[in-house]
Amino acid sequence: MFLGIDYPTWWFLVVGGLFSGYAILDGFDLGAGAWHLFFRKEESRRIALNAIGPVWDGNEVWLVIGGGALFAGFPVLYASLLSAMYIPFMLFLVFLIFRAVSIEFRSKEPMLWWRRMWDWSYSIASVVLAVLLGVVLGNVLQGMPLDDDYNHVGHWLRFLNPYAFLTGLTTLSLFMVHGALYLLLKTEGRLYARLSVLVKQAMIFFLVTFGFTTLYTLIYIPHLSDQFKETPALFALPVLAFLSIANIPRLISRHRYLGAFLFSALTMSLLLMLVAVELYPVLLLSTSNPDHSITIYNAAASTRSLGIMLTIAAIGTPLVLGYTAFVFWTFRGKVKVDENSY
Amino acid sequence: MSVEILSRVQFAFTVSFHYIYPPLSIGLGLVMVMMEGMYLRTRNPLYEQMARFWTKIFALIFGIGVATGIVMEFEFGTNWAVYSRYVGDIFGSALAAEGIFAFALESGFLGILLFGWNRVKPVTHFIATLGVWLGSMFSAVWIVVANSWQQTPAGYHIVGEGMDARAEITDFWAMVFNPSSIDRLLHVWIGAFIAGSFLVLSVHAWYLLHNRHVELSRKAFGIALGVALAASCAQLLTGHRSAEVVAHHQPAKLAAMEGHFDSAAAADMYVLGWVDKEAQKTSGLKVPGGLSFLLHQDFEAPVKGLNAFPEDERPGAVNAVFQFYHLMVAIGMALIGLTLLAGWYWLRGRLFEQRWLLWLFVPGVLLPQLANQAGWFAAEMGRQPWVVYGLLRTSDALSKTVTAEQVWFSLILFALIYLLLFLLFLYLLNKKIQHGPDAYGSTEPLEGAGKRFREAGH
Repeated sequence: MFLGIDYPTWWFLVVGGLFSGYAILDGFDLGAGAWHLFFRKEESRRIALNAIGPVWDGNEVWLVIGGGALFAGFPVLYASLLSAMYIPFMLFLVFLIFRAVSIEFRSKEPMLWWRRMWDWSYSIASVVLAVLLGVVLGNVLQGMPLDDDYNHVGHWLRFLNPYAFLTGLTTLSLFMVHGALYLLLKTEGRLYARLSVLVKQAMIFFLVTFGFTTLYTLIYIPHLSDQFKETPALFALPVLAFLSIANIPRLISRHRYLGAFLFSALTMSLLLMLVAVELYPVLLLSTSNPDHSITIYNAAASTRSLGIMLTIAAIGTPLVLGYTAFVFWTFRGKVKVDENSY
Repeated sequence: MSVEILSRVQFAFTVSFHYIYPPLSIGLGLVMVMMEGMYLRTRNPLYEQMARFWTKIFALIFGIGVATGIVMEFEFGTNWAVYSRYVGDIFGSALAAEGIFAFALESGFLGILLFGWNRVKPVTHFIATLGVWLGSMFSAVWIVVANSWQQTPAGYHIVGEGMDARAEITDFWAMVFNPSSIDRLLHVWIGAFIAGSFLVLSVHAWYLLHNRHVELSRKAFGIALGVALAASCAQLLTGHRSAEVVAHHQPAKLAAMEGHFDSAAAADMYVLGWVDKEAQKTSGLKVPGGLSFLLHQDFEAPVKGLNAFPEDERPGAVNAVFQFYHLMVAIGMALIGLTLLAGWYWLRGRLFEQRWLLWLFVPGVLLPQLANQAGWFAAEMGRQPWVVYGLLRTSDALSKTVTAEQVWFSLILFALIYLLLFLLFLYLLNKKIQHGPDAYGSTEPLEGAGKRFREAGH
């Protein structure tokens, strides 16, 4: 216990914070990647690529840390979830590799076919990664059949279901809003003008998919609303999330893109907090027998281990935030392409 | 093939491919820090030019290293679920520390290292390079600690029974400083210094042989030779200490490394040999009693042999462990010889006249790579049948829910992609080397870059 909150709950917050950080940071990289083929001119594509150039790699590290934190803090969940969703995670890894090498390799040759090839693989990889993240989230929200050793007992293609598809699209659309807003901050001229149109279309795409997902959740996955029925005060959270979402198009229409970007980041945090509140203290619901559900308590590492890791996190987090801020500060402002660029 | 074999092949394949790159990053990082340090001290633009040149190659290597590195972290959960549950409490804190302290430091400063040349002062850039290098050194710390814990577990107790059994941490520092971690960490670090410095040696030897970038290459060759020489000699020491730890804590592995079966007999040390597992006989060129002498300073002291262990508690592929181990040792000796020879000529001021020696350094870049891979194969195959030594068997550590068809799918996918990646890597590496270091002014004007694109057909 620390400040009246037990260690597994603290670690649940840490993991949630890391995944929020990952969504906010790599979210704009993936969103920018999803837009990549919409830009026609070579120069625009280069500027868009260099907008994320110095930061995408550091952003991806949040996933490495988040994965490590999940493994460290909740090994039982890590084992069950990753082995149950073998194919989506393997595809995720493969496309993560494609995204990385596309960015690295694209600028290495001037040939048109070479650059087109990496443009396509970069953009497709970004889209697929965003969708897969949503698919995993959708499956976690629904729960899955687990036996008394917490092993998945459904078919290995079970991850393909309508709800996961919806959450996948919602994630993609939110990342596209987020990515377009980030690019608006980093570009000027015609690319900027084009993005200011695209971001509105992305916003509509997001509102539609988010609307469907919300309806589907309320109708078909009632267990996710239980917490709110028990503790009505928690309703503040969805209300805040909706307000935050509503604020994005308002700021976009006023061309206040920095504000809109911050609110799309806030929206991601709030939506993930909503997920966390809906699940807590369950991490993965067993749909075959609720007694086999994985919770933060039966999945947690030992108290001693969690204590050590909380200490590591307490020392490490300010460091990570510090040099993240330093890098963003060094590369602040509109993109300038030079001989060291992608 | 069974899920166990497939998962082992997949992990071995993905981790081996990955391990081509991090040692190069660590070793090259050190050489780059020295180059930039020399630039700060002398302000000779040649040092800046070589640092900029190697930064571009570093970017390529680092990029593939990062991209292929995340795979293993997730494979623990996807393919080795029982293992993940078993070691999560212990292994997890090492991984989390790696993520927070090492990767974030590394990747955070990488942007400045790669793109900051014209944006920050030389001192700031030097600090960024140092940060990236230290980050890569740190990441080796935590991953080697975790692996060493699997070889020589310490600072834990077991809770639960049967399928629910798992290791829980009792003493963090005992876990971190388990009996093998320090020696193995030094061995890995130095192996990386050798790999990185030999890459630099190879490329600059090639330039010198072709009369290109001569002045720059002589300076760069000198820096890298210093690192390679010191590291190759130091590796003998860390290798010996690692072997002593193995002898003490993993006697079955050591017996497999030298193909030693009979516990009552003195153990020989082979230079070259072949193990016949069925006949329990090892033959080849050997120093009789050599292993006994190394361990006990007595040529006749008996050493525990493979026969002292039940059939199911000793490595199955004895000959493979033997061959990998001996390949590593042989290469290590060759590297010491090569760098000593080059150092001797260097001292006499006649190194760059010895074209035959420079020609040896060109393909020499492959030797440390082979030794690093062989060393890991000996260490990991020698650990079998255990995934956590003496505690958890590899065959028990698998994911129960994953089927062979799923692993086939991912294995084929990884094989194809890594093949493509490797060919692209060689192609781009070669291209950068052919292009060579640029003679920089301060900044190339933007118009120039734009013009190149128009010329290229845009």
